[in-house]
Amino acid sequence: MRASLQPVIRWIEPGSQVLDLGCGDGELMAHLQAQGCKGYGLEIDKDCIVKSIEKGVNVIEQNLDDGLTNFADKSADTVVMTQALQATRRPDLVLAEMLRVGRQAIITFPNFAHISHRYQLGLLGRMPVSKSLPYQWFDTPNIHLSTFYDFEQLCKAQNATIIDRQVIGGTLASIWPNLLGELALFRVRGES
Amino acid sequence: MIVTPQDLTFDEPLSLTRGGQLDRYTLRVETYGQLNATADNAVLICHALSGDHHAAGRHHPEDKKPGWWDHYIGPDKPIDTNKFFVVSLNNLGGCSGSTGPVSIDPNTGRQWGPEFPAVTVQDWVESQARLADRLGIQTWAAVIGGSLGGMQALQWSIQYPNRLRHCCVIAAAPKLSTQNIAFNEIARQAITRDPEFHEGRYAEHDTLPKSGLSLARMVGHVTYLSDQGLGDKFGRNKQAETQDTFQIESYLRYQGEAFTTRFDANTYVLMTKALDWFDPAGNGKLADVLSRATCSFQVISFSSDWRFSPDRSVEIVNALIQSNHQVSYTCVETDHGHDGFLLPNNHYEQAFAAYLDRIEVSA
Repeated sequence: MRASLQPVIRWIEPGSQVLDLGCGDGELMAHLQAQGCKGYGLEIDKDCIVKSIEKGVNVIEQNLDDGLTNFADKSADTVVMTQALQATRRPDLVLAEMLRVGRQAIITFPNFAHISHRYQLGLLGRMPVSKSLPYQWFDTPNIHLSTFYDFEQLCKAQNATIIDRQVIGGTLASIWPNLLGELALFRVRGES
Repeated sequence: MIVTPQDLTFDEPLSLTRGGQLDRYTLRVETYGQLNATADNAVLICHALSGDHHAAGRHHPEDKKPGWWDHYIGPDKPIDTNKFFVVSLNNLGGCSGSTGPVSIDPNTGRQWGPEFPAVTVQDWVESQARLADRLGIQTWAAVIGGSLGGMQALQWSIQYPNRLRHCCVIAAAPKLSTQNIAFNEIARQAITRDPEFHEGRYAEHDTLPKSGLSLARMVGHVTYLSDQGLGDKFGRNKQAETQDTFQIESYLRYQGEAFTTRFDANTYVLMTKALDWFDPAGNGKLADVLSRATCSFQVISFSSDWRFSPDRSVEIVNALIQSNHQVSYTCVETDHGHDGFLLPNNHYEQAFAAYLDRIEVSA
């Protein structure tokens, strides 16, 4: 289990209905199912789909850029998206859909404002490559990078309430999340 | 795998949904693998329009071709006969050994021909349930089918929700589109307008509507393939000996011709009608109808299938999501069109096998 998934799991009530957007190999969903959760994982990568099926996850091949129109309003207790929002064509529309379908939405993404990224771009003049952003500029699937602050602004613009937020990084990351957080985790709720 | 079909006869009359009944009927069946002591490892295979009971293996070692789904049924294949007891039958109204238009009507002593009563997907499911009873199978581990077979699998989940644990609906649709019905009607017109058809009584006239049936098959065959797939296979190549004929022309003629030696025209009309009529939701919502189902589902579609396009499978998936069912869905990338469901493909095999591996059966 990826360490970054631990806080996500804590934010999801056992036995609840979950929709996992970009569920990857099904690791998170399988773990949640073991805690009595039900629901679906959405994925487009064929190998990930097979791995998810192997783990017993109800995986649906679906492109998130096409929206979640097949899911009713508030049909999930939690819509979760771990490190995939930055790879969508319109993260703002995806967030809006997550808030529509879920009673809460959990989003994690790499914080582009992390100090190592600032150093690489600001001082070295190179596009950042790091543990959280392991790709080169020309082959990255991450087409909409954002910062911890940026995402807060997007939530505000969509009238979403931030219930919890945290970053994963060094010991001081919680004090200065936008500078020291490598990975941002948000738990938000839309207008009811 | 050498397999031998068996004929099972049923004496309890079967009332048919569109009227009439069959007092007595025979189903030709093949089975692969062993039924376990608790009978919880049985899988039913439902065939498509022109399929039959011979889904896997060979009848004789020297048979040129194995059954129609041999790539997916057998030891260590996705439908693993080391694990499952697989049952495959020729549906009622078929022409491969089960009671159908070419059988003798006991009331007249002549072939049923066009008088064979109309059968529907519901009737097939009913007859398959009786087959399950006969074989001592209370609950299928899975009911699996492609195309029209997928519609039977879906119907099973609604009609006998407590008699299957898993349902694999492959290259199917919740009902035919207008275009699909149109293609079926062209096929039927080709058959019924053949002067040798004699209103379906061609047997009495000691003839066969070969040109009509082959034309019907040619139309059908083209709709089962994709433009890309046909192009890759034949392009605009001509037959070597005659520069006037494209290879696709002689291929289609051959396919049409070959079909007339193994298939009955009245059966073709009957099967296409059953396809047209299939519409479990009717005027209601598919999700409401499917809310009766209790099994888990796997739905698989094929990217270049325009006869039963991926969007039609997505309709089923979305109805299953709305009705809160366990469902997995994937679309297989292929240039083989609707026929993709019969052909080898890595992702298809992996996704299918991964799902079937999960099914629990007792030792």
